[in-house]
Amino acid sequence: MSANLSAIFYLVSGILFILALRGLSSPETSRQGNFFGILGMVIAITVTFLSVGTFSSGLIYVLIFLLVGGLIGAFIAYKIPMTAMPELVAGFHSLVGLSAVFVAISAFLNPEAFNLGSPGAIKLASLIEMSIGAAVGAITFSGSIIAFLKLQGIMSGSPITFRGQHFLNALLLISIIALTYLLCSYQSSNFFWILIVVSFLIGFLLIIPIGGADMPVVISMLNSYSGWAAAGIGFTLENSALIITGALVGSSGAILSYIMCKGMNRSFFNVILGGFGATEQSASTGNKEQRPVKSGNAEDAAFLMKNASSVIIVPGYGMAVAQAQHALREMVDTLKKNDIKVTYAIHPVAGRMPGHMNVLLAEANVPYDEVFELEEINNDFANADVAFVIGANDVTNPAAKTDPQSPIYGMPVLDVEKCKSVLFVKRSLSPGYAGIDNELFYKENTLMLFADAKKMTEDITKNL
Amino acid sequence: MEIDPFIFRLSIFILSIFIGYYVVWSVTPSLHTPLMSVTNAISSVIIVGAIIAGLAGSTDNVFTTSNILGFLAISLAAINIFGGFLVTQRMLQMYKKKKKNK
Repeated sequence: MSANLSAIFYLVSGILFILALRGLSSPETSRQGNFFGILGMVIAITVTFLSVGTFSSGLIYVLIFLLVGGLIGAFIAYKIPMTAMPELVAGFHSLVGLSAVFVAISAFLNPEAFNLGSPGAIKLASLIEMSIGAAVGAITFSGSIIAFLKLQGIMSGSPITFRGQHFLNALLLISIIALTYLLCSYQSSNFFWILIVVSFLIGFLLIIPIGGADMPVVISMLNSYSGWAAAGIGFTLENSALIITGALVGSSGAILSYIMCKGMNRSFFNVILGGFGATEQSASTGNKEQRPVKSGNAEDAAFLMKNASSVIIVPGYGMAVAQAQHALREMVDTLKKNDIKVTYAIHPVAGRMPGHMNVLLAEANVPYDEVFELEEINNDFANADVAFVIGANDVTNPAAKTDPQSPIYGMPVLDVEKCKSVLFVKRSLSPGYAGIDNELFYKENTLMLFADAKKMTEDITKNL
Repeated sequence: MEIDPFIFRLSIFILSIFIGYYVVWSVTPSLHTPLMSVTNAISSVIIVGAIIAGLAGSTDNVFTTSNILGFLAISLAAINIFGGFLVTQRMLQMYKKKKKNK
């Protein structure tokens, strides 16, 4: 296949990828969008095989490795529980990063195969593009591994900080630029290896100071990086499908990071430069006196809800941990049978990744037109009888509106306190990830339900 | 003076960022998780580079470092492509509307 023809096909697959994202603008068109994405990928891969032309005996290995990877991927996709989606996405990001590094190294060792010149005399522009692709890929890889370990619970979710951290990071970033310059001037492979090692280190150092609750930002950010890495490689390979895709993914991740930061009323740099818990915790949890709370059992909760005419459910990360989404839907079904209006309110940063709660509710067969975003539903709390908060905490804290001293001041929150009564399913009175007390626990009309979210929901259903 | 082909690629890149910007803002927030998994899958189009790397070189020796790295990258990208699209499909299948008559 001629180079021009294959370039046109790569363009077609790039356009199909755009349509794949476009499809996600509504659930109805989303499956069609995913199909476009698959089609685009099939075209890109087929064209690549055809354009290489002469088939060496390497072909058989290429196919074997393709098949093995595909089978592993398919297996994971079918086995993974929906609650583990953040870990899965983090893991997948790391793979994109690592393959970008591999392709960049491969191109560096064998530039003739990629039309980039000969070893030791690689074109200047290609060297720069390669360095960017490899560096960003390596950062994506090690950063995603850390994010994965934190989400999986293998590594503590609390921020790890040390003296001179930012200084070290800045130094390493500058050294990347210096190494790229040296690589371009001397074409020595040693600089390339050091560059990759330093990039791995940066990814690692960049993510360890970020706490568990900031994971939505981190995952989105790594999503963005994986895109830029792909784009970098796309420039090296002069491949428009890769360039288009890289740009799409890069901007997509960047927008998601922005939305997540806004959901927490924090600047991007504030999130990157250090954890919530580490810096601000001590100030606000200082004097914690024992204050009376009203706590109840499943029977009380069932009684309250039975006498309500509308109930709003506020799910949070705790629901995911307890895998309570199915039990919750059963409870809601029972409520609906009693002619009680039930809706769901989702805060943008509820859970560990963008849209985490929506997926879990969808898994439990909750129709998506009963699920609302913060801005859509916030005014309804005043007219609702019961707010059922399950596994959420900080996103309901009225201190964000009233207390300028609070670390979460200014963060958009769900106006749960405006409901006639509030039910809080929680394991204990412990503060949320921001490390601050929730004023709501002590309110007159709040009933605390201390239990595992899943068990409590099941018990309430029995009592309805 | 002739324009460097790099400039054309850069133009594609910049324009695609703009397309990405507008397309992603129109994605409904409830589908943000599928958005992440599908962007994951499509960014694995990097497999194109991996295939070129895997097939490069002479017929008599297919196990140069460059080839082997290509093979590995093919596997990693393939995990992502199959895993990413299938898990997205699985998620999207779950998004259902309210049934009209119950």
